[in-house]
Amino acid sequence: MATVELENIKKRFGKTEVLHGVSIDIQDGEFIVIVGPSGCGKSTLLRMVAGLESISEGEIRIGEARVNEREPMDRDIAMVFQNYALYPHMSVRQNMGYGLKIAGMAKPEIKRRVDEAAKLLQLSDYLERKPRELSGGQRQRVAMGRAIVREPSVFLFDEPLSNLDAKLRVQMRVEIRELQRKLGVTALYVTHDQVEAMTMADRMIVMNGGVAEQIGTPLEVYERPVTIFAAQFIGSPSMNVIDAEVRAGQVMLGHVTLGPTDLPDRPVSLGIRPEHLHPDDNGPLTLNVTLSEPLGANTLLHGTLEGRGEAMTAALPGVHMEKQAVGQVRLSVNAEDLHLFDPKTGQRLN
Amino acid sequence: MEKRVTFKGWLLPMLLLAPQLIVSGVFFFYPAGEAVWQSLFIPDPFGLSMQYVGLGNFEYLFNDPYYRASFVTTAVFSTLVTLVSMIPALFLAVLADRLVKGAGTYRTLLIWPYAVAPAVAGVLWLFMFNTRIGVVAFYLNQMGYDWNHVLNEHEAMGLVVVASAWGRISYNFLFYFAALQAVPKSVIEAAAIDGARFWRRFFTIVLPLLSPTTFFLLVVNIVYAFFETFGVIHTITSGGPQQATTILVYKVYADGFVGQDLGSSAAQSVVLLVVVGFLTVLQFKFVEKRVHY
Repeated sequence: MATVELENIKKRFGKTEVLHGVSIDIQDGEFIVIVGPSGCGKSTLLRMVAGLESISEGEIRIGEARVNEREPMDRDIAMVFQNYALYPHMSVRQNMGYGLKIAGMAKPEIKRRVDEAAKLLQLSDYLERKPRELSGGQRQRVAMGRAIVREPSVFLFDEPLSNLDAKLRVQMRVEIRELQRKLGVTALYVTHDQVEAMTMADRMIVMNGGVAEQIGTPLEVYERPVTIFAAQFIGSPSMNVIDAEVRAGQVMLGHVTLGPTDLPDRPVSLGIRPEHLHPDDNGPLTLNVTLSEPLGANTLLHGTLEGRGEAMTAALPGVHMEKQAVGQVRLSVNAEDLHLFDPKTGQRLN
Repeated sequence: MEKRVTFKGWLLPMLLLAPQLIVSGVFFFYPAGEAVWQSLFIPDPFGLSMQYVGLGNFEYLFNDPYYRASFVTTAVFSTLVTLVSMIPALFLAVLADRLVKGAGTYRTLLIWPYAVAPAVAGVLWLFMFNTRIGVVAFYLNQMGYDWNHVLNEHEAMGLVVVASAWGRISYNFLFYFAALQAVPKSVIEAAAIDGARFWRRFFTIVLPLLSPTTFFLLVVNIVYAFFETFGVIHTITSGGPQQATTILVYKVYADGFVGQDLGSSAAQSVVLLVVVGFLTVLQFKFVEKRVHY
């Protein structure tokens, strides 16, 4: 168990800089999710913490000690890979005990730790099997087990659930979170799935193009995204962003007044989450619905704004229209649910 | 669903199979049958008549100390050739696998020796080690080592082994290199995080994962050492000195075409036929099962 500090981490491959300086102080026992689209540098960042990639600039400290120059094995970390990276020629027991054996631990102690971890992960009956004889979820657990037995200070997860089917993913998500809480080990978890990020993270790092767009708790990021990117990446369906302006202390969408703001007059990008649009017969917005997707608990209405033509999605509770029906619906939005961004920089204004 | 093609008549399938069947028939089944037939006879010195002796040729063969010695020579020779061609190949492949820049050039250069025909390779090595004019022999002499593979049986064996194995290193390198590239990178990284340093990783993770390749190459190289090294031995030592490098295949030639004992030569061919059959069965059985995990 340890704190992890990243200080202005940069990564260059040749002349191409892929990470432009990421900093975060991670508390002992905290579960940090690094989330972002493909190619945003999230895996590279994790691999730098693991010691599998060199650090071009900046400093990584684990347990307050600089680890930049240390080999992966000397960083007191364990990593779970996307494809599990189990040793195919070894049994589950050998897979889990490999690191301990190399560390020169006594056989009875290895056996005790492996048995204990296997029990925790419900793998006791599979210890003598080879990885190819296991299901995807079981392999995932073996990879977890291999990380646990070493009792590291930090767990690193590199998209560990992306090879599992949807149902198993939800189950393993919960298991990983519970396990991490029980063991109290600091964890860094990389994913491209914003649902995983929302549900698992104590704090998340939203990454885009090699930059940490926002670092905060899931609800902070959801409620006050600091950039358009963070706003649209977190939350499902993603936030509607349309061009609007501030005139005389009011957020205006053409001639429609949506609510007060203390910003000076200027053009803005207005963000409204689909779930913050409410059906209201006197509402200021009219949506020409082109497609409706009833999901049972709520209904997604896709369409364009009357008189403006911008695409917009609304998520309304309950069942609203028969599937594929078209029509008009009037909507309103609370002033505090309006997110205002600078159209040029994408930074939050309000 | 049946994916195989089904033919209506007989003509087309027979026509398609014909080239393979004719080649096998003319160059394998006919001579092999002839060898089996001849192994049961002793021809007179002029080749005018043949006397049926049953298994007499075989009986004589296995009581012949020279033939039994040739078995040992073959075993030593093929073991050495296999080791000398596989271990450096693996080592070079590991190095090439770690290379980032210039890997292409390095690979190409390593593959070249494979293109050299065995007899040419034999002559090449013969010149280098020729006791009178050889470059290497000259420098060895300068260093105080008196190289003479014409007289020294160990040196002769060493020379034919190196000459035979040399070209094979390229072949084995190719297979090992491909196999190394197929080892998942994340498995290696996982082992690194688990604390295994390079050589530990190599012996506990990489080598076991290469085992199917290793086994395949083992069989292929043994077969090579048994049957395809004739040219090298013929050009360098002609089986000498004192039959120290007379492997089974060379003895077939020496007894049959030099010694003119066609009956014995045929019997030896039959023995070799059995050996190669056994090796092939072994190969198919294990390679298909993929020995490893």
